[in-house]
Amino acid sequence: MNWIKKKILLENHAKSLRTRLITTSAKTKIPHLGSCLSCVEILVILYWSEMKLSINVKIKDKFILSKGHAALALYCTLYEKKYISLKTLNSFGTNKTILMNHVSHKVNGVEFSTGSLGHGLPVGVGKALKFKVNKENNKVYVLMSDGEMNEGTTWESLLFASHHNLDNLNIIIDFNRIQSMDFVKKVIDIEPLKSKFLSFGCNVKLINGHNITAIQKALVKGVKNKPNVIIANTVKGKGVSFMENNNLWHYKNPNLDELNKSLIEIKKKYA
Amino acid sequence: MRKFFIKQLVNSNKNKNNYLLINDLGYGVIEPFKKKYPDRIFNAGVSEQNMMGMAAGIASEKCNVFVYSIANFSTFRCAEQIRNDIDYHKLPVTIVSVGSGVGYGNLGYTHHALQDYALMRSFPNMQILSPGNNNELIGLLDYIKKNSQPSYLRLDKNEHKDIKYKKILISPGKIIKLADGYKKRVILTTGCVQDLAKNIRSKKYKNYSLYSMPMWGMKAKNKVKNIIKRFDEIITIEDHFQDGGFGSWLKECINNTNIKTIIKSKYIDNNVINEVGSGEYLLNKYGPK
Repeated sequence: MNWIKKKILLENHAKSLRTRLITTSAKTKIPHLGSCLSCVEILVILYWSEMKLSINVKIKDKFILSKGHAALALYCTLYEKKYISLKTLNSFGTNKTILMNHVSHKVNGVEFSTGSLGHGLPVGVGKALKFKVNKENNKVYVLMSDGEMNEGTTWESLLFASHHNLDNLNIIIDFNRIQSMDFVKKVIDIEPLKSKFLSFGCNVKLINGHNITAIQKALVKGVKNKPNVIIANTVKGKGVSFMENNNLWHYKNPNLDELNKSLIEIKKKYA
Repeated sequence: MRKFFIKQLVNSNKNKNNYLLINDLGYGVIEPFKKKYPDRIFNAGVSEQNMMGMAAGIASEKCNVFVYSIANFSTFRCAEQIRNDIDYHKLPVTIVSVGSGVGYGNLGYTHHALQDYALMRSFPNMQILSPGNNNELIGLLDYIKKNSQPSYLRLDKNEHKDIKYKKILISPGKIIKLADGYKKRVILTTGCVQDLAKNIRSKKYKNYSLYSMPMWGMKAKNKVKNIIKRFDEIITIEDHFQDGGFGSWLKECINNTNIKTIIKSKYIDNNVINEVGSGEYLLNKYGPK
């Protein structure tokens, strides 16, 4: 399949995922919707294009959602990929079920439980190290939030990954510029982020995190013996005008009126 | 026990499935493993949180990981990684902590291991492995080889005299007889204070039996309840604070039961030790008597 056709398919997946996310958030009253909407295209590229995940393949790639509060985005992806049923997805957050607000390894298709920030990268480094030492070709992908750049473990892990030439490690930063309480710039300014990663010995790319082609290209082109870092510039709440760049949607879920408005916008924007 | 442990680890790694992680320490101890398995040992540098997260990552790919450090570094510094990454996921990581109690006496309070049981026994899947001699250590390593799970192996800083090898089968909550005496009154110890327990027994409790419990943890409580009720009186001896320690754990085992066994505990004084002294000196002054 040529890239133009594939791109259209991938964009359709992104549209479906966004719709599913908003609908499920409204139905199950799950927060962190803004954090989920910012990483939709990243998840689409990983799950529908880049990662080897099928049970039939010998070498399986590994994905860790280090920003575990975006569990809804991963669960909706796993539903679209048929790892979990619609019944399970819609049980999110209800008593006697397994879909908690922070991603859990008890759910089919989830590699590792996270929730407290700064845990996914060290685990990913451990996996990448094991694969590299044993000359196994599995790749490791870790999706992190910009808030996680505050965590000391992020930088401890980068020192180690770089020292051990872990070029099978792909770190994607969902740089939506808003963390829990406020804009990243106002809480703890992490810029210049690219220079920081470069100085830690990583191969760094700065891309538009909503551009399917850009994400795909960034993931394909690595540099030998260097961990790959993709700083994906994204928009928190991407796709719905009144959610975009608004910290309220880190906490709120849509009411019926907001749900209908959101779905109309998504339909128009991603037609 | 450090060198003896490394020797055992070298001997048991023929399939190369054991990884050893260190946080820039172990000089003069870990070298035999490094020499034999250079691609199975990694120095994480002075970064315990990353080291423990990496241990979870490696273990999640069907490997056994041993994280070797001084007790204070591999416990509280990276407690959340142990809780969320290792214990929550039930991964086969053995946290090897050296310098139990006041073993690193002269290094000061920052390096004393007086609260580590308290932390480790609060994790539901964690087994505490606390050998009192080399044979118990071999028995514990045999157990975890067959039953991989999150484990906390607490080692004496000092090497123990080579005693005649005797195979000891160890399981969670099992007690091992060290000296005969009254059947109903016992001294029960865990960890590297077996010699101290022997001394206390010979001075004050000559007729008491002496047992050790080298493996325990939250999941062993039910089993231990049935062991406790066999005795009228148990005196525990440990090199840890009372709060969160072995004696307190044993008392919790019979909480909400009708078991009438009297449990008394001997421990290290519940205070920050500001005084300088060797491990032996501090244990003698502040330890169980």
